[in-house]
Amino acid sequence: MRDTITSLRYRYWPDHLLGEILSKRWTETAIPVILLLIVGFAFSRSIDNFLSPASLADTARQAGEIGFIGLGLALVVIVGGIDLSVGSIFALTDFCALYLLDVAGWPVPAVVVATLLCGAMLGAVNGLLVGYLRLRAFITTLITLIIYRSAYDLLIQRYSNAIASAFPDIPSWDFIGAGSVFGIPTVALAYIVVAIFGHIFMTRLRPGWHITAIGGSRRSAYNSGIPVRRTIALCYVASGALTSIGALFFASRLGTVGGDIGVGLEVIVLTATVLGGITLGGGKGSVAKSAVGVLIVLLITNGLTTMNARGGVNRMALAGILLVAAMVDIRWQKNRTRIISKVYVAPTYHELPPPPPTEIGQGGPFEQNDKLRNVEAIGLGRIEAPEDVILDRHDNLYAGSRHGDIMRFLAPDYQTMEVFAHIGGQPLGMAFDRDDNLYVCIGGMGLYRIKPDGTVEKATDETNRSMRSVNDDSRLRLADDLDITDDGLIFFSEATVRYEMDEWPIDGLEARGNGRIISYDTKTGATRTELRGLKFPNGICVASDGQSILFAETFGCSIKRYWFAGPKKGAVEVVMDNLPGYPDNINLASDGNYWLALVGMRSPSLDLAWKMPGFRRRMAKRVPVDEWLFPNINTGCVVKFNEQGKIVESFWDLHGENHPMITSMREHRGYLYLGGILNNRIGRYKLDNADPNFVQYDKRWGKQS
Amino acid sequence: MDSQWPTSKKGNKGMKRFRFNQQEIVFAVFALLFLVFSIFLNGFLTAENMLTLLQNVAVLGILGLAMAIVVIGRGIDISLIAALAVPPGLVLQMVQNGHSLPFSLLIAVLLTIAFGLVNGWLIAYAEVPSLFATLATGLLLAGLGQAALFQLDVVQWSPGMDGFERLGQGAILGIPTSIVMFAIACLVVAFLLRQTRWGAYIYAIGDNPYAARVTGIPSRPIIVLQYVIAALIGCFAGLVMAASVNSMPTRVFNSTLIYDVILVVVLGGIGLSGGRGGVLNVIIGTLLIGTMLNGMTIMDISYAGQNLIKGMVLLLAVITDSFLNPRNEETAQQGDI
Repeated sequence: MRDTITSLRYRYWPDHLLGEILSKRWTETAIPVILLLIVGFAFSRSIDNFLSPASLADTARQAGEIGFIGLGLALVVIVGGIDLSVGSIFALTDFCALYLLDVAGWPVPAVVVATLLCGAMLGAVNGLLVGYLRLRAFITTLITLIIYRSAYDLLIQRYSNAIASAFPDIPSWDFIGAGSVFGIPTVALAYIVVAIFGHIFMTRLRPGWHITAIGGSRRSAYNSGIPVRRTIALCYVASGALTSIGALFFASRLGTVGGDIGVGLEVIVLTATVLGGITLGGGKGSVAKSAVGVLIVLLITNGLTTMNARGGVNRMALAGILLVAAMVDIRWQKNRTRIISKVYVAPTYHELPPPPPTEIGQGGPFEQNDKLRNVEAIGLGRIEAPEDVILDRHDNLYAGSRHGDIMRFLAPDYQTMEVFAHIGGQPLGMAFDRDDNLYVCIGGMGLYRIKPDGTVEKATDETNRSMRSVNDDSRLRLADDLDITDDGLIFFSEATVRYEMDEWPIDGLEARGNGRIISYDTKTGATRTELRGLKFPNGICVASDGQSILFAETFGCSIKRYWFAGPKKGAVEVVMDNLPGYPDNINLASDGNYWLALVGMRSPSLDLAWKMPGFRRRMAKRVPVDEWLFPNINTGCVVKFNEQGKIVESFWDLHGENHPMITSMREHRGYLYLGGILNNRIGRYKLDNADPNFVQYDKRWGKQS
Repeated sequence: MDSQWPTSKKGNKGMKRFRFNQQEIVFAVFALLFLVFSIFLNGFLTAENMLTLLQNVAVLGILGLAMAIVVIGRGIDISLIAALAVPPGLVLQMVQNGHSLPFSLLIAVLLTIAFGLVNGWLIAYAEVPSLFATLATGLLLAGLGQAALFQLDVVQWSPGMDGFERLGQGAILGIPTSIVMFAIACLVVAFLLRQTRWGAYIYAIGDNPYAARVTGIPSRPIIVLQYVIAALIGCFAGLVMAASVNSMPTRVFNSTLIYDVILVVVLGGIGLSGGRGGVLNVIIGTLLIGTMLNGMTIMDISYAGQNLIKGMVLLLAVITDSFLNPRNEETAQQGDI
């Protein structure tokens, strides 16, 4: 009863989603958005007309002006700096625009261009100091803040009367300040256009990537050849120019040069930036975050002003929000990986009946023996981690190695070892096609093809994205084993979509169906996901009928059959279940049966733990990784089973000396070749009563010269 | 090892001599400026003006000491002016409202300590960059004063404060009291930095925070201590200032006084990258800035013009500082902005 409830709870409650959602980058934008909704809702309830069109249009105008400054500051913060002088630049460019228009009498387009140039120049001073002279951004822009502000104060002492007395009546100027298109204020429209461009710039264009890279690690960016100083300087120039756009709209809307214009603006914009989730110190941030931050801060300050709060309250609120946001951001950035890794592992309920016996004297097909004791070792100490082994028509032996190579041992004595091809990722399952191309599953990379001359080509590394998965499952994370049908269709297993190759035992701890079987058509090059939700699918072998494949589910401890053609097309059927160990690769035997490697044997403790998901989750949260309960892969065996799923024979290395760890085996001309992912050798075992001329691919596709 | 040892030793020597030169240069500039002003400015070298100069300089100098402690520990405290304005203002306000002076002082000191603790906690434990944290806390405290504590921007002297003005007015043994206060503060800070273990810890943290932590120095509590002491010194400066002008103009927070303080520290030769300098540097910096400000006031340069000149000088000083004391790339943090 309790087990049933547990099993139902873990089947239908998606525990794994929390970790996947948290590890998405958009969650960092989602939190400010939620905050924005809360703030908007709270103020719309407590203040009348908060959401009226007039009020909204007014807010939009202010938001547009501050939004431009926010974009500039966001850029500078992402590149790893800060710009406190924006308030003063705002004031100076506001003055510049009004002076040129009212006093100097320039035409509007010239005023716009000149103001932008003025902003860019003021920003360039910051850029020069911070980018090229490598001064501290905070202190430097604090100083330029005073310098620009005093320059502004000096200027308005002389010209404020002249500006105040002029009333220019220029339609295009008024349109900038007060016009609207389809009810949307011009400034908001302009902001949207610039923001969309900014988003594309930051996410799709090279300079945007450079900016993020410099903010992430200045030194690495420099080492990879990015012009760090120039890029930083240009960011400050852009900040100045964007601020001047905001000032331009402000100037055309109000047309004043009061003494307090832009005072404290930097704190508002900085609060907005940090609140939006743009990380101080650089490397992270987006246009959307900046926009959301500006909106929140504006709603709060406007709301407080409407509620007649004293100036000090407004100041305190801003400073308080700034501090809390900065603190949350800093703590989150620091502990993000740790938090995610704690909640990411989401074990589920997995029940297996007691395994069949393997002890000597208990009988049964799995009874231990010592047949593999005198297995011959090939390449002892010279090869590392041959997960799979395969032999070509000319009897040469191929095996993967941990270093990302395919090694070749030359027939007939297998003493000469050479690098056949270098791929770069860990090679796992292998298979030859009719034209002697070697297809290899590479953990973390996908499916690769190696031509007989040793050239490496990518066959596929992505499949269709499933609609309901949170993790992007279009990339292949852990392609494991494959086989090729007579029609040139490749079926390969992807063991898990939730973990990387080095984390595969954690997937076993989770015991969720995270794996899938994918097909790749060598004729059309199309990749398609065939089956999902498998518990670590591993070995794959095309069955003798040519219409189905046999595949092993390692942590399901079962062998299943999947029909890809014929009358039962699409059906999945269990061939064997409740194996005493974790099945790995499957291959054809000379007598029409199948070889199966059991990579490790089940243990009562893990079997029990699999029925206790809560226990395993506590373990994952509280105990260091190296003390977790993991599936054993130190001792295993090779078994032969027939089409009906009956074990015919088993092979063990009882003393664990020569070949205890087996992930794959391949029969060839009367010998069985053994591979193991933790081994430093390839095993070669002389089979009795086997066809001495058996060559796997000759048998399937006929002898070729 | 053998081949590296002599060169690094020589390098150290060279650096030391150079730094000594910087102090001398600043002092020479001060002397020159003083001389030029004395000759060309009418009313500069009068007893009355010297008194004003020294009094102005005293508050600036005390603040400079507070800033020096923090900067030596590789931080910066922008919120000093808030600590200068709000707690002393609170004293005046409370006395005005009928509380006794000692009680008001106690409350003000408690507020200052709490403020220092908040600063220190944010910087040491929440790991917010110091510039950023103090910028925000300064606003917070000033906003608190504006919103909840003071009735007017300028908190007036009230009869209950009588006797307290001697902290900033008059003279002891012929020396203006505020100068004596500055001297006392100098001695206390010098003792703290040079004679106590905590002082040595502050230098160690400023020199290399990671190494300090690895060595076993309780860096976080020490950082908190730095900001508490800085806030207390700031409060003391505020009391001296209030006593000398018989009121507390709390709008001083909006002024550019904090830049003068940074100017004092940087010009005096305390590198912003931490671990260097001492009280002597503050004194030299204070003299230079005091003379400069006084001279500009006598020359009748407008407030904005003065700020412009100060900004330029500060910029030059920071640029020079970045060349003389380059940031240690090994220990500079990513978030060090």
